[in-house]
Amino acid sequence: MSNNNSQSIHLKKEILARIIEAFLSDDYAENTRLIPYAMRPKGAEVPYRCCVYKERAILKERVKAGLGFALEDDDETQPLDKYAKAALERTKPEEDPLTVLDAACAGCVPSRIYVTDLCKGCVARPCQSACKFGAIDMVNGRSKIDGSKCKGCKMCMNACPYNAIVKLAVPCEDACPVGAIHKDDNGITRIDFDKCITCGKCVAACPFGAVNEKSQIIDILKNIKDTDKKVIAMFAPSLVGQLPGNIYQLKTAIKKAGFDEVVEVAQGADITTINEAKEFEERMEEGQPFMTTSCCAGYNRFVDKHLPELKEYRSTTGTPLYYTAELVRKANPDAVTVFVSPCVAKRKESMENPNVDYVMTYEELGALFIAKKIQITECEEDKSGVEGSKQARNFGNTTGVAEAVKSVAKNPDDIKPYVISGLTKETAKDLKKFVKDKSCSGCNLVEVMCCEGGCVGGNATLNLPRIARKELKTLLDSSEDLKRED
Amino acid sequence: MAKVNVKICMGTTCFVMGASQLQDLVDIAKKKYGEDVEVTGSTCLNFCTHSSEYSKAPYVTVNDTVIQEATIDKVLQEIDRKLNENE
Repeated sequence: MSNNNSQSIHLKKEILARIIEAFLSDDYAENTRLIPYAMRPKGAEVPYRCCVYKERAILKERVKAGLGFALEDDDETQPLDKYAKAALERTKPEEDPLTVLDAACAGCVPSRIYVTDLCKGCVARPCQSACKFGAIDMVNGRSKIDGSKCKGCKMCMNACPYNAIVKLAVPCEDACPVGAIHKDDNGITRIDFDKCITCGKCVAACPFGAVNEKSQIIDILKNIKDTDKKVIAMFAPSLVGQLPGNIYQLKTAIKKAGFDEVVEVAQGADITTINEAKEFEERMEEGQPFMTTSCCAGYNRFVDKHLPELKEYRSTTGTPLYYTAELVRKANPDAVTVFVSPCVAKRKESMENPNVDYVMTYEELGALFIAKKIQITECEEDKSGVEGSKQARNFGNTTGVAEAVKSVAKNPDDIKPYVISGLTKETAKDLKKFVKDKSCSGCNLVEVMCCEGGCVGGNATLNLPRIARKELKTLLDSSEDLKRED
Repeated sequence: MAKVNVKICMGTTCFVMGASQLQDLVDIAKKKYGEDVEVTGSTCLNFCTHSSEYSKAPYVTVNDTVIQEATIDKVLQEIDRKLNENE
């Protein structure tokens, strides 16, 4: 689950706000260079690390990620003002959206099962009897696990009456549903981008805040500053409840922040819903056992990279962003389009879609409001433009997509949803089983959302899903039902 | 006994920096203290703009005490302190 109020995330939002402030100031490069010093001035208390110098070194790395650069191959000799200028010069964002900050990574000891000092070296030795791999020996009167034999099954852990055996955790590795994270020779975390599905779970999981997104905020601000360019924001349905005020006030606030037009992606979700309902009916008629949804970018990447056998069951319908961006581009061929996103996964989807130029997460939008000192609740309501339906506006909430499809189906009772709220190592196994069995335990429409709770639990959200849903409910109660015409 | 007044700043900065999740305090305080404590959300209390100190957001006031980087636990502790002073 997203922990969007931890101190490392607080720090990240502060840095983004400071980068934006620097950009808006009269000396962007110099003020960017000064960010670590402004945040940890001489004599300041050192809240997290060993000394103020290390604090600043890590803040410097965080600023680089905020400027959109990878830390894996950065040039440490270059000051931040050089990076600030380089960010202005690039024409498109870097490919892989995640980066690991070496200096921030604690280099957690490799994940394994470990016997602690609590071991009494008892006579019964239930750990030894429980181990099926003969990995436990007695050394100096205590159990010791032979790492080369241990399979990590935890049987010994569960057997020990003293709770003396523990699993040493590596939060990023444990959170990754696809095994894309490993340690390099120095024990520092590395992401294998061939395996990575960009779900963002490692970003949320690392207690040191060592996995960062490469922000595109400078690229977006540069386009906003260019008065010749029309910049259009397209916001995801899950934005509701992530900031103060209602969505109509938010539209005004986003315009105040510099965007020329603001569009609800719920508009595209209506098209997705109708197309997906039709596709579902066709597939069922053809006798297929089940169909999965296709709107979650993390899930789509999971299927493409790790479970291609599932492709034939996955809906070929486009995502809400796909249809929205298509409409926006058609009406504004020369405009710069920015998707306002709850998660990092959409960055990857957007890079592959020529109709989406940039992605701005909710955290980045929040930071932009802070830097521009925009009070959303004081903004007028803007009710211009196409309104999303009740079903579309609920798309980012777990069960929302299945319910939307059901609401427009010819025979709603024929739809038996199976909901995966959070793609984990365990739920990934469920999906593998569906492929193997060619059936999904009596259901026929599998809704998959990578984040627990749906997009409202995305890695870049600002509120708890539970609280955001209250605001969402208010909006849904005043929204129109989706109608299907055919 | 005088009522303890708690104001959660719901300005944009505080909301983004974590006040969104402090809204739970309304229900928690009602359950724990009943009529003795009143928790309300407030428009921007202007602490962030005074000193450009958004690093210390979110802000909450408990009577006239200002709490920086407020968390639910910090606020409850301050409420308890105020109630003890009242007794």
